[in-house]
Amino acid sequence: MKPLTNEQIRAVIAKGKFRDNVFKATGIFCLALALLVIVALIADMVIKGADRFTIDFFMNFASRRAKDAGILSAWVGSLLVMLVTALAAVPLGVAAGLYLEEYAKRNWITNVIEINITNLAAVPSIVYGLLALGIFVYQFGLGQSILSAGLTLALLILPIIIVSTREAIRAIPAMIREGSMAVGATRWQTCRYHIVPYAMPGILTGVIIGLARAIGETAPIITIGALTFIAFLPPAPFMGEPAAGLFDWVMAPFTVMPIQIFNWTSRPDPAFEVNAAAAGFVLMAMVLSMNAVAIYLRYKMRKKIKW
Amino acid sequence: MFKYSKLVSALAVAGVSLFGAQAVQAQAQIVKVDGSSTVYPITEAVAEEFQKAKKNAIKVTVGISGTGGGFKKFCRDEIDISNASRPITEKEMADCKAAGVNYVEMPVAYDALTIVANPKNTFLKEVTVAEMKTLWEPAAQGKVMKWNQVNPAWPDAPVKLFGAGADSGTFEYFTEAMVGKAKSSRGDYTASEDDNVLVQGVSRDVNAIGYFGYAYYAENMAKLKGVPVVNPKTGKAVEPSAANVENGTYAPLSRPIFIYVKVKSLDKPEVKEFLEFYMKHGAKLTKEVKYVPLPAAAYTGNIDHVNKKKYGTVFGGKNEIGITIEELMKREAKM
Repeated sequence: MKPLTNEQIRAVIAKGKFRDNVFKATGIFCLALALLVIVALIADMVIKGADRFTIDFFMNFASRRAKDAGILSAWVGSLLVMLVTALAAVPLGVAAGLYLEEYAKRNWITNVIEINITNLAAVPSIVYGLLALGIFVYQFGLGQSILSAGLTLALLILPIIIVSTREAIRAIPAMIREGSMAVGATRWQTCRYHIVPYAMPGILTGVIIGLARAIGETAPIITIGALTFIAFLPPAPFMGEPAAGLFDWVMAPFTVMPIQIFNWTSRPDPAFEVNAAAAGFVLMAMVLSMNAVAIYLRYKMRKKIKW
Repeated sequence: MFKYSKLVSALAVAGVSLFGAQAVQAQAQIVKVDGSSTVYPITEAVAEEFQKAKKNAIKVTVGISGTGGGFKKFCRDEIDISNASRPITEKEMADCKAAGVNYVEMPVAYDALTIVANPKNTFLKEVTVAEMKTLWEPAAQGKVMKWNQVNPAWPDAPVKLFGAGADSGTFEYFTEAMVGKAKSSRGDYTASEDDNVLVQGVSRDVNAIGYFGYAYYAENMAKLKGVPVVNPKTGKAVEPSAANVENGTYAPLSRPIFIYVKVKSLDKPEVKEFLEFYMKHGAKLTKEVKYVPLPAAAYTGNIDHVNKKKYGTVFGGKNEIGITIEELMKREAKM
């Protein structure tokens, strides 16, 4: 075989570099396209809904007049439902993920559980709604309440949290565990002081992805019977009439942002489209700010990790 | 280990009893309404004004789960008032009876299903029920695709159909009135539960024709052309308008819409007050949300039925096509 001449080598390199650049350009194009879509979407909502970005819009209840209609009951409802969802799903999901990774024996039962969790992540949300209608609303008698909705969405995002917890735990080098055990820590102490803190950034990402999905869900919430017109807020802790307890709000009827938006887009009066656009932007802002908080926390926590 | 599980179960019991007790308390002052999306704008307007008038001392919630969904909850004893865009059916009557739910039927307004075309459409001056049957019946699927197949005087152009989704009361009524059998329709048309999708569709296509509730036409008159429908009784084409619904000439696409009130709920002062408010201000608010109000006597008659304990329906479980306001009033009076 004849050795390649310098020209030939240069040609091969140039060809490789050209392909490299083509791929790079394609990648940038795809990214730009995705960004363009989201920017266009947000810009469209901002422009259409510009008239409604006032304090009143956030502080008014729904109304038959587009100008008076606001999202007070919707954003309060969405936040409270998210709170219940997070309180229910995060401890359960993290504990389940931790158990499967650190405690469970590798046998067929564990395998079945694992396969099922992965499958659950792909179940359409409406199915969760039907399940929740039967179990939470009627069987447990929780009614069409914030608690029912929060638990329903918790079920929906539980697989996401479990899977991301496990991924995060798996990324921790085995020597951390071994080191901890070697100095006499029990399994629980190892989890408590090493595994969970180190896995926290990854867990947090999963939690936020889950909550961001939950906040936009409409189908299961409609299925369990969220309302469309509701011009009062759930009772605040220790306030309201008659004097409410700390947790009275969990049993209150409610509505959420996606339902309000859907209702506005389907009304005869075109003026409501402005409200829908504005509310859409608010929902978007809620999701983005949740993501921002997650990114910030992840950054702070990563800095603390010292292997 | 045992200590923990005991503690957890004690907490659980305490929690459930706490929530349970408060759930009852929280319900005490709430009037619960659910059902049809067609009736929703009226009930919502009344609820809004009522809460303002009562300074929020009484709370009203209104949901949208469709006429059928509303009656399911109503007969399961979950809500006080059911919004309905058609009279209660025989099956629903049986369900309510089985659950011991008695009710007062209250017509609150009239709606006019409106056949609409694109404003640029010049040939569509009027339509007959027979023409609509030719166009919409199941046999037309895949066959009647051009305007001149319906009426030779119309052009040789494709016809684009827009209509209500199969779960809505609008679909049920339109098919029964035009095709002759409820829910019997061709399937190859753009169907949507969201009427604004239909408004957009018809306003963008010269060859389009569609149907939906009058309110959507009234709010979008600049983008749509309401097609007069020939009244089979008089043979005259009648335009869709509030006046023509009131005088009974816009038939057979005029229909009454109702609320059904649970008799048991009438014992609750807040429900009774809400109804009195509804019947007193219903006519004005109905007009505001672009429906056709009933004569004053209809609203006072509804309250009369409550006071004289006249319960049940005047329709006998059947949906009737083309009943005019006058006929409805006579029937309600006879009850």
